[in-house]
Amino acid sequence: MDERLVDSSDRVVSLTETPDMVAHDQPGSRTETNGAPQERTLETRDLRVYYGDFLAIRDVDLDFLSRKITAIIGPSGCGKTTLLRSLNRMNELVPIARTEGHVMFQGQDIYAEHVDPVEVRRRIGMVFQKPNPFPKSIYENIAWGARIHGYKGELDALVEESLKRAALWEEVKDKLDQSGYSLSGGQQQRLCIARAIAVRPEVILMDEPCSALDPVATFRIEELMRELASIYTIVIVTHNMQQAARVSDFTAMMMLGEDKAGEMIEYDETNTIFTRPADPRTEDYVTGRFG
Amino acid sequence: MILRARAELDRELAAIRERMLVLGERVATTIDDSLRALRNMDKKLAEAVIAGDAELNEMRFEIDEACQSVIATQQPAAGDLRAVVAAMHIVVELERMGDHAAGIAKTVQLMGGDRFERLPETLERMAARTQDMLGQVVEVYAKADYERAYNVALLDDKIDDSYQSLTHELLQDMLEDEKSTTRGLYLLFVGHNLERIGDRVTNIAERVIFMASGKMRELNPEPGDARVS
Repeated sequence: MDERLVDSSDRVVSLTETPDMVAHDQPGSRTETNGAPQERTLETRDLRVYYGDFLAIRDVDLDFLSRKITAIIGPSGCGKTTLLRSLNRMNELVPIARTEGHVMFQGQDIYAEHVDPVEVRRRIGMVFQKPNPFPKSIYENIAWGARIHGYKGELDALVEESLKRAALWEEVKDKLDQSGYSLSGGQQQRLCIARAIAVRPEVILMDEPCSALDPVATFRIEELMRELASIYTIVIVTHNMQQAARVSDFTAMMMLGEDKAGEMIEYDETNTIFTRPADPRTEDYVTGRFG
Repeated sequence: MILRARAELDRELAAIRERMLVLGERVATTIDDSLRALRNMDKKLAEAVIAGDAELNEMRFEIDEACQSVIATQQPAAGDLRAVVAAMHIVVELERMGDHAAGIAKTVQLMGGDRFERLPETLERMAARTQDMLGQVVEVYAKADYERAYNVALLDDKIDDSYQSLTHELLQDMLEDEKSTTRGLYLLFVGHNLERIGDRVTNIAERVIFMASGKMRELNPEPGDARVS
C-alpha cells in the first residue's frame, strides 16, 4: 500500500512503506529524556497559528516521542485544541486559520508544498471530544474509511482487527450490522478509535476523548490508550488533570500570554509535572488554584 | 460570595499541618518529661511518659488517616502532594521519637537507686542539643523553611559527637569503678535513645526540604549509601 504523504503526482517527498497493520519505526529525529535517546515522531518548531489577525498560539517547540502518550494541559482558551489540530492540518478546515512554522512528521514538514493533507490526516488520525460514529453499521464505520483510502486487503479481517485493538470486538462481534448509534457512549468512542486505527495511522490525536463519558467508560478508554501506546504515538488534550496524570508519559503545559496568545510554558515527564513542576504557573494549575 | 479554588483542600492541609505541630510539641514535652524523670529518678513521671505514648500513637494514626483521606478525596498534586507525603513520613518520625522517650522512661524504671546528684555533663549537653534540634525542626516544618532545614540537619553531627564522648566516658568509668557498671549501661541506653532522636530530626529535615523544594537529599547517610549527595 502506498504510504506517500503526497497523493497522485510523482513529486514524492516521502515514502515510507508500512506493509501491515503495525506502525513501524521510522528513521526520525531523536531527543533525550533522562539521558536516554528517544525517537521523535512529531516535532513542532516555531509553530504559530492565527485565526485572521488573532494569534492563537505562539512559537510552540514541542517534541512528541514515538509510542509515548503526551498530554497537553492548560486553562480554557489557551490554544490546546488549536495546537492539536495543527498537528494533522485539521485547522485548515477553519477558513480563517493560518499556520506558520513547522510540524515535522518523521522528519518531513506536513505543511510543505505538495504534501496531501488527506494523507497527513490518515497517518495522523484524530478522535474527537464527542463520539461521532457515521450513521452506518458498526462494520461500515470501520470499513468505509479504509475502503475510500484504497484498502485492498480483506475488509472483514481489518474490521475485526481494528475492533479488537479498540477493545470493542467482544462486545459487538455478534451485531456488526447494527447501527453505530446503537452503542453506548463509551462504546461509540471506542468505535471511533477503531475507525481511526483502521486506516493505519502512526499517530492518534485525541481531543478530550472522555469528556462525554462516565467514569467506567473513561477508565476503559484510558486503559485502551495505554494498550495502543505500544504501537502508536498518542497526543491527548484534556481538561482533566487527573486523567493527564494517569495516562500520559509526558505533559506539555500551555498558558495564555499577556497578548492572549497561547504559549507552551513547561514540558516534562508527567511524573515531574505533577510532583515538582518548575514553573509556578504550572504548580498553580496542577494544584487547581488557577485556570 | 467569592468562591476560592481548592478551599476545601487548603482547609484539610492546614488541619494536617496544625495537628503535626501539636504532635511535635507533645513529643518535645514527652522527651523533656523523660529526662526530668531520669534526673530525679521520678518513677511516677516515668510511668506517665510510658502511658502517654499510646496517645502519641493515636495522634499519629489520626494524622495518617487525614493524609489518606485528603489524597483519596482531593487528589493533591505538586506542592500539595509533597506536603501530604512529607506529613506521612514526618508523623512516623515524631511518633518514634515518642517511643525513644518511653525507652528513656523505662530505663528510669529499671534503674535502682537515688536521684542523680547530677547527670554526666556530656549527657546533659547531648540532651539539650537534641531538644533544641527538635524544636528547630518543628519550626522549619511550620515555616516550610528548607534552607534552614539543612542547617538543622547539620546539628546532628554534634549530637553524634556527644554520643561518642559519652560512650567513651561511661566506659572509662565502668572500667575504673565496677560499681558504676549498671548505671553506666543504663545511661548508655539513654544516650542511644537521644542519638536516635537526633537521627529522626535529620530525617524530618530531609522531608521538609523535599516538601518545600521537591528535592530529595540524604542528610544522614549510612556508610555506603548510594543517595549521598
